[in-house]
Amino acid sequence: MSTPATVPSNARIIPCLDVDAGRVVKGVNFVDLTDAGDPVELASRYDQQGADEVVFLDITASSDQRDTTLELVHRTAEEVFIPFTIGGGIRTVDDARRLLRAGADKVSVNTAAVNRPELVAEIADEFGSQCAVASLDARRTNGGSFPFEIFTHGGRTPTGIDAIEFAIKVTELGAGEILLTSMDRDGTRDGFDIELTRAVVEVTNVPVIASGGVGTLDHLVEGVIEGKADAVLAASIFHFGEHTVAEAKEHMAAAGIPIRPADA
Amino acid sequence: MTRPLIAVLDYGIGNLRSAQKSLERMGADARLTADTGLIADSAGVVLPGVGAFGPCMAALCDTGLDEPARAAAADGRPFLGICIGLQLLYEGSEEAPGVAGLGILPGTVRLLPGNVKRPQMQWNRLEVLTPSPLLDGLDDAWVYFVHSYAAPMDDSVVATCDYGGPVAAVVADGNVAATQFHPEKSARPGLRLLENFVNQARVAAVGA
Repeated sequence: MSTPATVPSNARIIPCLDVDAGRVVKGVNFVDLTDAGDPVELASRYDQQGADEVVFLDITASSDQRDTTLELVHRTAEEVFIPFTIGGGIRTVDDARRLLRAGADKVSVNTAAVNRPELVAEIADEFGSQCAVASLDARRTNGGSFPFEIFTHGGRTPTGIDAIEFAIKVTELGAGEILLTSMDRDGTRDGFDIELTRAVVEVTNVPVIASGGVGTLDHLVEGVIEGKADAVLAASIFHFGEHTVAEAKEHMAAAGIPIRPADA
Repeated sequence: MTRPLIAVLDYGIGNLRSAQKSLERMGADARLTADTGLIADSAGVVLPGVGAFGPCMAALCDTGLDEPARAAAADGRPFLGICIGLQLLYEGSEEAPGVAGLGILPGTVRLLPGNVKRPQMQWNRLEVLTPSPLLDGLDDAWVYFVHSYAAPMDDSVVATCDYGGPVAAVVADGNVAATQFHPEKSARPGLRLLENFVNQARVAAVGA
């Protein structure tokens, strides 16, 4: 177990966009966008609102449409001047190389890292830990021999792997960050799974992004203060225009969380 | 206004394209290149980078860009290192014992202290110690850092951030400057720094 860090990070707010064949999947409700389905235009909007990073989750099923993802990364690098991560479908170091060379700052690996954890090490060794994000989808076992289990394939497939042990393993392999999604909470708007988040933060010394369940601005505060997360990821509260990133930042700052102001 | 030629050294590692694109955005004719002729003709040179000290130094040498980088730093043209491109300017790093850096700046890059998360992967506020044209408009600006190692806190440090104590954020010595943070990923303040650099290159090109 690593030594806990004593100096808190400045929190980060990270909007997440689901992308299929180069288009935003979930409905997005910005009235004044020329093309509400264009992930680059949306990411640029979030950049202007003060988002600290953006994550694209590529759910493109067909491999012959992979080029649309590369094109998306290319255009994003020209229009968005905050860090962005792309995840989904990365199975090899070559997959990662193409995306990073096109302008992505980080790649996140999920199912492929469960099947072959060495992929994390290979990406970290080749391009540095700072761009190797391990994306962990976890569910409560509710009385199993360990509290949280890793799932793959968008939360559908159980693996029998202890999520806490796996978090330790991927950081030892060189992951520079953990994107931790509670599949129990994802889509519920009930807030983060705080126990899960804390449990992973406490066993790793790399930044942890809490994900899954955000329905209110208070949930973002809870993720950082109670969950001890370094960053919070949310989708629907921003996409549907309920809140801007700027409002979220003001709310977090008012709760005493150190964070870059939206207008900085 | 002329678009000064800026050579962004392409030594084949991860994301270097963002640096090139943001320099273009701020008025440069920025080329991602390993062409020594183009580098010699440039008005300014950028040594970008992401990754670890050892593999990056090896990649810089393998692409034959170590000597052109030293030459550009020595001949007085505006030179900007970014992130690992800052660290490579030093004589070495605790990250890769025994691997010689470019040695353009004296000293050794050291691991961040144990009371902070490593890497520092966050936005943090700059404190400018020594104002300069490059840092015009950057005091108190929030910029994006991702690093586990940092330059020595000596006289070349012109701006810091607070991460369990002062950490070198910008270093400068004559025509050579470098940022530990990623200006190409630091929204408006980052683009401002790159614009300042492009302006310096433009002036240098006219004076040449």
